[in-house]
Amino acid sequence: MMSDRAPVPPLALDRPNSYIGRSVPRPNARRLVQGRGHYTDDVAAPAGVLHAAFLRSPYAHARITHIDVAAAKAAPGVALVVTGAEIDQVCEPWVGVLSHFKGLRSATQHALAVDHVVWQGEPVVGVAALTRAMAEDALSLIEIAYAELPPVTDPDAALLPESPLIHPELGSNLAFALTVESGDAEAAFRDAHTVVSGDFRFGRHSPVTLEARSVLADFNPSERRLTVHQSTQTPYQMQDIYARHLGLPQANVHVIAKDVGGSFGMKLHVYGDEVATVAMSVILGRAVKFIADRLESFPSDIHARDHRVRARMAVAADGEITAMIVDDLTGVGAFSAYPRTSAVEGNQAIRLMGGPYKLRHYSGNLRVVFQNKAVMSQYRAVGHPIACGVTEALVDQAAAAIGLDPLEFRRRNLLTDDVYPYTSPTGYLFERLSHHQCVDKLERLMDYPALRADQAEARTKGVVRGIGFAVFIEITNPGPAFYGVGGARITAQDGCVLTLEPSGNIRCAVSVTEQGQGTEAIMAQIAASAVGVRIEDVRVITGDTAATPYGGATWASRGAGIGGETVLITGKALRANLLRLAGILLQMPPDNLDISDGLIVDNATGRERITLQELARIAYYRPDTLPQGVQAELTAAHHHVPRGQPFAFTNGIQASHVEVDVESGFVRLLNHWVVEDCGRVINPLLVDEQIRGGVVQGIGAALFEECLYSEQGQLLNGTLADYLVPMASEMPDIHVDHVSTPTLHSELGAKGVGEAGTAGAAAAVLNAINDALQPFGARLSQMPATPERILRALGKLAG
Amino acid sequence: MKPAPFDYVRAESVHHAVRLLAENKDGARIIAGGQSLMTAMNFRMSSPALLVDIGELEHLRDITLTADARLRIGALTRHADLDASPDIAAHTPLLRKAIRHVAHTAIRNRGTFGGSLSHADPASELPACVMALDATIHIVGPDGDRVVPARHFFTGVHETALGAGEVLVAVELDVIKADEVSGFGEFARRQGDYAMVGLAAHGRIAAGLLTAVDLAFFAVGSTPILARRAAAALVDPATPDPAQRLQRAREALSLDLDPPDDPQSSAAMRMELARVLLGRVVGDMLARGAGA
Ligand SMILES: Cc1cc2nc3c(=O)[nH]c(=O)nc-3n(C[C@H](O)[C@H](O)[C@H](O)COP(=O)(O)OP(=O)(O)OC[C@H]3O[C@@H](n4cnc5c(N)ncnc54)[C@H](O)[C@@H]3O)c2cc1C
Repeated sequence: MMSDRAPVPPLALDRPNSYIGRSVPRPNARRLVQGRGHYTDDVAAPAGVLHAAFLRSPYAHARITHIDVAAAKAAPGVALVVTGAEIDQVCEPWVGVLSHFKGLRSATQHALAVDHVVWQGEPVVGVAALTRAMAEDALSLIEIAYAELPPVTDPDAALLPESPLIHPELGSNLAFALTVESGDAEAAFRDAHTVVSGDFRFGRHSPVTLEARSVLADFNPSERRLTVHQSTQTPYQMQDIYARHLGLPQANVHVIAKDVGGSFGMKLHVYGDEVATVAMSVILGRAVKFIADRLESFPSDIHARDHRVRARMAVAADGEITAMIVDDLTGVGAFSAYPRTSAVEGNQAIRLMGGPYKLRHYSGNLRVVFQNKAVMSQYRAVGHPIACGVTEALVDQAAAAIGLDPLEFRRRNLLTDDVYPYTSPTGYLFERLSHHQCVDKLERLMDYPALRADQAEARTKGVVRGIGFAVFIEITNPGPAFYGVGGARITAQDGCVLTLEPSGNIRCAVSVTEQGQGTEAIMAQIAASAVGVRIEDVRVITGDTAATPYGGATWASRGAGIGGETVLITGKALRANLLRLAGILLQMPPDNLDISDGLIVDNATGRERITLQELARIAYYRPDTLPQGVQAELTAAHHHVPRGQPFAFTNGIQASHVEVDVESGFVRLLNHWVVEDCGRVINPLLVDEQIRGGVVQGIGAALFEECLYSEQGQLLNGTLADYLVPMASEMPDIHVDHVSTPTLHSELGAKGVGEAGTAGAAAAVLNAINDALQPFGARLSQMPATPERILRALGKLAG
Repeated sequence: MKPAPFDYVRAESVHHAVRLLAENKDGARIIAGGQSLMTAMNFRMSSPALLVDIGELEHLRDITLTADARLRIGALTRHADLDASPDIAAHTPLLRKAIRHVAHTAIRNRGTFGGSLSHADPASELPACVMALDATIHIVGPDGDRVVPARHFFTGVHETALGAGEVLVAVELDVIKADEVSGFGEFARRQGDYAMVGLAAHGRIAAGLLTAVDLAFFAVGSTPILARRAAAALVDPATPDPAQRLQRAREALSLDLDPPDDPQSSAAMRMELARVLLGRVVGDMLARGAGA
């Protein structure tokens, strides 16, 4: 369902056979549902393939005093046993810093630990054997002697002068600090009518992709060529990494990522075990495969979130929010991740605070600290749920303090339609947001007055329900200055090559990648619409550095907005090529022709003149029949990077309806609503499913997910039985609707949508719980809101 | 997560299984549904040299009414069989109520009654049920057959009265009588998860009051625990008011239970949930009345 405040600007794609805005099914859905997906572990293994397994540190912090691998080397089926020092001989270690995060520090990270282990689960020794079972058998024969060191686990304690140092060469456990100031926040607080505040905690998450991290490396020493099949979001980034760290010419490195079973940001970081697998292949000149199992995914995939935020909000007598002061402390584990760093999460959290609202006085202070835990880094909705969780909780508190309905209070404070383009106090540029339309639409969608009536009625029967809102903004379509500007060899542009094939079909090779979210469907829709063919006649090729042009791929909600625009530009160019050729053949001006449903037609009458198939036949097989000097251009290629704004911000609002069992602390999710604005909706079905999937992850944050560590830095719940991912039975219906404000910086007008659900869902759920608990004088400011935490907030548990 | 190397034999009879266990002493394990054992092996927490698969002993899958009006449930009865069996629904509704809380459909299709009892996970539903129902556990071993009361069967976390080389073959229990009622409830974070706290209860009712009741709490200790003091309070003839009985029972519960702290839940939380559950399960039993 689309509803337009301003009419959507006319588009070359608003053509009779356009697929834009239609819920066309994904071309790969049937294949995936029938179990015909081609994930890294499904790739037919090259002859002699070996399987890797890693011995990991059982300690969070220790010196390695001795490693004895003799028995493992002699074990049946074992081809190679390697330590960190041995991997270092073929593979250069790395440091996860970028220059645009001034002051960001990290230590040298080796593929396998050298002398010093800094988190439980860090890989120490690698084994390659004929089977994974043999490799694991050999692991049990390795003896490592450790001298335990005191671990640093609590982020506050990490900064105390007496704290042990994780990387002594850095002199402290501080990785990064940032202060963002605008206006005069202190003065605004002095003048405030009401001040609300809170201490918020956000648990650590593990991404839990369906397909675990997987890599199959095959080094051919005769040509020094490396082929890597990998479950990654970013084939070109990995190509660059392998080339530079293993000392190979980039052209000799071929990275292929066919089907990827979920990534959520987890599969664009560099992992020691994966690099070590590739290095083992280089050492052996043989194929080596590593498929992470769940037990090693939990302590070795990047973790996410883990913030402690102290925040205040100043409100004037009329209910106007005037200022926020925020202090965010986040623990990023033992290293800053490579190559994108672990500063981005905190940086975005501290800059997104208060983002939807009019306040002009802001003071944000961020500290990012090292801990002896798994590395924390970018994961779906980087920083957003923190900013949204803090801001929206304070907004609800402020509304209650002023005595206004929370929705009404938001209306008074949200940025109004007349301010755009608008630069936020933290420096973000908003081209045009649609907060008020979204609020209006949500209010109708959920029938807010009826829910409040139900709440009052239920309460008379002892049933405790709550309603929570969360307004959010989302960073999408990052522009040219994102990672490259800090010195990373990560491109912000995408490339597309479109070809009319002899069959009359269109081949679309594009640098964005498919992680299960339907990218290939979107690209096919755009290519089909731009050229003028049926979607069945478009074949999309992604995830292969030898077959697609160089580009950024999948991260930061950029696929549709940037990759899609690239395909659109390329599609129009190919269409122009084909019309020119048809014009020559038909002896007509190309302007009088069009392409529709795979046919060259008369612009005026729509009458078919020649099929694309016939045009292709002539161009490929009978070029002799074309006039002298005519060359048929059957391929178009373009690159594109968004210019004009650093990000295409999106916005929206979510609402959650919950029932709290105040005796047990259990929460039942009754309903969830989202109204969001991602600009032009290319495929409503896919957009809605992106939102729903994102909401489910947000619900995970609100109620279930948390990596629990002991004080000794041991991950206590690293199995799927103990780490609670949100499951279907507990999920509410998620109702999704849209407002559409296309970005004018692209023709397509599409902004990103991949992270919107996750950005706001957790805040909405927590606010709903707090709304329910409000009559009991209880409030939670910690996620996940477990039954135990709820009972504690209600004062029902001693101690 | 690959198991250490092991051998595998498909048992042709219970006695064949017993013989194989005896021949391989410590190194052999029975495998039934494999839903718990395979996980333990993949984690290398358990590395038996030999698996004795009793999966094809179809007669261990029977549910029969015995001559003395008891229900005999074969050890290989799948959780899904318990759910689908009209005999179970009619004669021991507690098992029917409980089974839907055990894991998920795929696991219930393979996991077995005998496997669940032998595995003796303290958070498992079925061990608590057989304790509440005062069932008997029927065992075949190298020294012949023996019968152990369920209330003596569970001895610790994953520990039972089963000796080396013994096979659990069946469970027997009394069918529900007209004046009896059973109740079941648990708190689990997600549908199908092991319980944070659970309660299987079975009792007799007269004139709207419980006259006898057994309360088997689970996930509150190393085995299911019969809350005897709480049960006594619930049937105390000196207290005619059911609400007052319940209040006393809730108070008595802290003498019956001493739940552990663990990363997922504190002892205080478990205790509180146990009290809440007691009220709800008993309330439900009284509301439904006898015969269900
Ligand atoms: C994801 C998941 C969730 C689960 N959730 C729950 C839950 O909520 N509640 C719950 O109760 N269970 C749960 N389970 C466990 C499930 O019910 C198992 O099926 C059950 O505990 C074991 O039964 P099994 O037949 O699979 O036994 P197996 O795994 O084959 O064996 C388990 C143990 O019992 C021994 N054994 C098996 N049969 C016999 C026998 N006849 N005689 C002697 N020894 C025997 C084996 O040697 C082994 O030591 C879950 C399992 C999984 C994988």
